[in-house]
Amino acid sequence: MHNKSTEDLERQIADRLIEASSTLEPSLVEALLKMKSAYENLVKQQDICDERRNQLLSSLQVLTMIEENLKIAGQDKVPMCQDTGMFVVFADIGPQCPYTMSELEQIITGGIQKAVPGGYFRHSIVEDPLFHRTNTGTNLPYVIHWRTCEHGSGSLRFLLKGFGSENCSASRMLSPTTSPDAFIEEVTRMVIEAGGKPCPPIVVGVGVGSTAEMSGVLAKRALLREVGIHHSDEEYKNLEERLLNSIQKTEIGPGGFGGPLTALWVAVEHMGTHIAGLPVSVAISCWADRKARVEL
Amino acid sequence: MRKEIQIPIGEDERKKLRIYDQLYLNGQLIVARDSAHKRLAALLKEGSPLPLSLKGKVIYYMGPAQAAVGQIIGSCGPTTSARMDPFTAMMMDEGVVATIGKGPRSEEVRDAVKKANGLYLTAFGGCGALYAKCVKKSRVIAFVEDGPEALLEIEVENFPVIVAIDSAGNSVFDKKKLDV
Repeated sequence: MHNKSTEDLERQIADRLIEASSTLEPSLVEALLKMKSAYENLVKQQDICDERRNQLLSSLQVLTMIEENLKIAGQDKVPMCQDTGMFVVFADIGPQCPYTMSELEQIITGGIQKAVPGGYFRHSIVEDPLFHRTNTGTNLPYVIHWRTCEHGSGSLRFLLKGFGSENCSASRMLSPTTSPDAFIEEVTRMVIEAGGKPCPPIVVGVGVGSTAEMSGVLAKRALLREVGIHHSDEEYKNLEERLLNSIQKTEIGPGGFGGPLTALWVAVEHMGTHIAGLPVSVAISCWADRKARVEL
Repeated sequence: MRKEIQIPIGEDERKKLRIYDQLYLNGQLIVARDSAHKRLAALLKEGSPLPLSLKGKVIYYMGPAQAAVGQIIGSCGPTTSARMDPFTAMMMDEGVVATIGKGPRSEEVRDAVKKANGLYLTAFGGCGALYAKCVKKSRVIAFVEDGPEALLEIEVENFPVIVAIDSAGNSVFDKKKLDV
């Protein structure tokens, strides 16, 4: 196991995780700055009441602080948020992958063991969830979802999943006769329920189809997609746009202070399902949608 | 409007503050999140003494990341306040005058804030690196075995917050239209 290549891979994982805790992908930063300049214009409106102006000024202040915080985190190489999350790993394994599944599990553990002290991550994971809740002090265990891919060696992708937003996750088993309009309404309702709790502005991942548990995985997988990249299928691309519009109308706003812009991006992933059902899950990420990728 | 505030904040001063005021806090905060609240509540319930007096204190809902070399404290932004809602009235009865976290609160919290002529302040979610720069001193008071959930006392300078519930019970989370 401990040949050069496994150690290299552990190091790479650690480096990418540390980088992800202090730096966001460029397209997400761009989306944040675009939203900030939209709020800068909104607060200049003449024909609004004091209450509305106050809401918009507070929302703008949230975005200003986020920009300042990202600068500090990038310069000082420290986590942008103290909640460095639970590690959620998506392993896509190709035919050329040189590692077994158990080797990869150990390598990922090794990478995390390097990243957590090296990147000043918070110890955020407890062992027994119900009775003792003793902090493991290692940020282990992590969560992993396996899948195969047709070509090459594959990749490991990571979410540093903060729990302020994770606590706002929701699933429902809709009726198979649900219309796209009613579907959009349902997802929007789930986002409204989350309100100001998950640190808006948010990135929303939606998983539709499959089974109850798999729709949750699909929703998380949707969060992996780069902000600004739509689904390749035209109907789902259109659905993403409509969901984004619908979520903006909720008026939650940055920090929950109110305003016409709440979401930075919406991504949908889908899978076939049973004739009797339409499972849907929503995974919400705070504005700090931190992710990392390592090629195998 | 922007205001500099020195902690402790007296009752007269608290009453002057209004929702949406942008404050910069200076002084001492008590840091406690889920586990510390549960443990403090258990002590109160059994009539045991608390590890500190909560009279006049401001509680910050936070659990810090590890401190980097040369840092006083690691990244230390607010956590979701709603999880502390069931404990807040009890803490305010013990003398807490303000709480700091992020996101909406329950009606029960609003009533407790009003009754105490207190405040609920929101800090900026996710801005842990920025808040670490505001902390000048940090020490553990109790529950050290809970790691990032230990009870801390910190000294802050120019710590940015917005008034989200004021002493009259006005709340910034009230007036939003949430119809789809």
